[in-house]
Amino acid sequence: MFEQLVDGILWDIALVIFFVGILWRIIDVLRRGTRRDLSVPRNSGVPGAIMANIRGFFPRREIAPRVRMKVIAGYMFHLGLLILLFFAAPHVKFIAEHITGFSWAAMPYWAFIVTAQVAFAGLILLWIHRLLHPVTRLISRRDDHVGAILVFLVMLTGCMALAEISSELRVFHRFTVELLMIYFPFSALMHAIMFVPSRAYSGATFGRRGVNL
Amino acid sequence: MSTPLERGVETLKAQVDARVEAYFSSCTGCGVCAEACLFYLESGDPRYTPIYKTEPLRKVWKNDHTLLGKLSSSIGLSEPMTESDLSDWEELVYDGCSMCSRCSMVCPVGIDIAYLIRKVKEGLAAAGFVPEGLQMAGERALELGSPMGLTEKSLRNAISGLEKEAGVKIPIDVEGAEYLCMLSSAEIVMYSEYITALSKIFSAADITWTLSSKYFEATNTGVQKGDSGLAVQLLERMVKVATELKVKTVISPECGHAYTTFRWDGPNILGREYPFKVMHILELLDQLRADGKLKTSGSFDERLTYHDPCNISRRGGVLAQPRQLLNQFATNFVEMDECGEMNWCCGGGGGVSSNERAEPLRLKVFNIKKRQLDALNVSTLVTSCSNCRTMLEEGLEHNEMENIEVIGLTELLADHLE
Repeated sequence: MFEQLVDGILWDIALVIFFVGILWRIIDVLRRGTRRDLSVPRNSGVPGAIMANIRGFFPRREIAPRVRMKVIAGYMFHLGLLILLFFAAPHVKFIAEHITGFSWAAMPYWAFIVTAQVAFAGLILLWIHRLLHPVTRLISRRDDHVGAILVFLVMLTGCMALAEISSELRVFHRFTVELLMIYFPFSALMHAIMFVPSRAYSGATFGRRGVNL
Repeated sequence: MSTPLERGVETLKAQVDARVEAYFSSCTGCGVCAEACLFYLESGDPRYTPIYKTEPLRKVWKNDHTLLGKLSSSIGLSEPMTESDLSDWEELVYDGCSMCSRCSMVCPVGIDIAYLIRKVKEGLAAAGFVPEGLQMAGERALELGSPMGLTEKSLRNAISGLEKEAGVKIPIDVEGAEYLCMLSSAEIVMYSEYITALSKIFSAADITWTLSSKYFEATNTGVQKGDSGLAVQLLERMVKVATELKVKTVISPECGHAYTTFRWDGPNILGREYPFKVMHILELLDQLRADGKLKTSGSFDERLTYHDPCNISRRGGVLAQPRQLLNQFATNFVEMDECGEMNWCCGGGGGVSSNERAEPLRLKVFNIKKRQLDALNVSTLVTSCSNCRTMLEEGLEHNEMENIEVIGLTELLADHLE
């Protein structure tokens, strides 16, 4: 019964909420619009918007030593999660069967284990930092913790399901994924998408003035 | 009749635009912005974390512009905005932020936090939570035309004295001049050598210029306070005198926020383009240098460094010009370890200098600048903002570093004209 629900209607609901929710959030930003900047630009804002999106992946030299742990843990978690999402064998198979109709080379089992450990370590480090550092402790909201816990559960159940010892573990993993998909559009997890317009707006503003963000 | 809280909340609601929506939607609460903030780093108080200073605006956005927020509000689960949400943030925003925008440069998701703090100020100002010093400065600017209370008579007296003392001619209200030079009040009462320097430079370059007696003030307390209505009125005065004098270009003085406000934000605050061009004085001087109209002679051999005013460099884009000008005659020019678009603020920008209550904190955060200067062992500190200059002088005096002379770049350049 639970398996049918998770593999059936709940998946469909989660998928719709995930994509419609994200689209709605993006439209919500765009519909507000921005007024045309009436100051005479020194440079075009477009290269500034593009470059800000690229440069944002790397910390500035001046601040890098002070944020080294956050950056390293951040990359461990985010890259690890992306690799697991697109190259874990069960995911490749699932995406081919349900979404794309074609597949690509999946990573070997040992690589999955290594990647998962790196991603777990990154997530746990970031979370411990969030809980212990006075700044992150002050500015973290319930939403940040819920998002982190959901992602942690998804990864944990995913690792447990990989062994394919029982069908229940796979179903439980898929259930946590569905919860995450439903929660995603309404939460701080939207940063995974919203960082693009955010960097673009600021990059364009500074770029028009001749400053590299 | 609405309460101060209602006025504050309504004003904050009106501030939410696409950028605010994208910024708050992308914030992960990573805290990287704190590591770029002089107020946090020097005080160690996490409440000075830049993104935390935007909390009143975030709360309004969350409750009124997100699905979960609206649902929570409708069933009474959300935390409504209270008067203390605004009153508690007054000190954080007006005393503990110089709007230097350094946080905006390092945010991993690209949030222009200074843009958000500027909007928070609008809400606080609407609710009446503004430091007394800044409130008074705004009132003087509106009534007398200058935040320091200077009038046309003050300007004329200062000019008369300068003409006698330096033997220069300072034109006032010359219609059709190429350049209208606006001033900050500090340049009339404290650093009048700037006006003398302008006269010498424009005379050497053989170009026509003028000051305006009707309205000479380039600073805008409305922007510092977060009062758009006041900002519009002060900007309109500048546009009016420039239009009446039929000048082609208005020159922003050695003042950081005056430049950003007039050059970059002004047209957007007014909602229309200017019928004239706006340049910072350093942009003009560097253009004159490039055109061969500004030739220097001799050299300045003392060890000197340049302090980038945040609103001229980081938020204004005038980065190469001061260095090109200094390199003409300064033989011993050294840069601070973090300079240009990543400079450290003097601590007094964004209206902090007008806020007497903030002085102990301002002097505390000056320690970053002190360490930068200690590492260089310079005898001269050049800058291009009269507010920075005052803050630097006070900071140096507070730290018994008066052996370092602070000087304006325009003035130093005028001393080395061919």
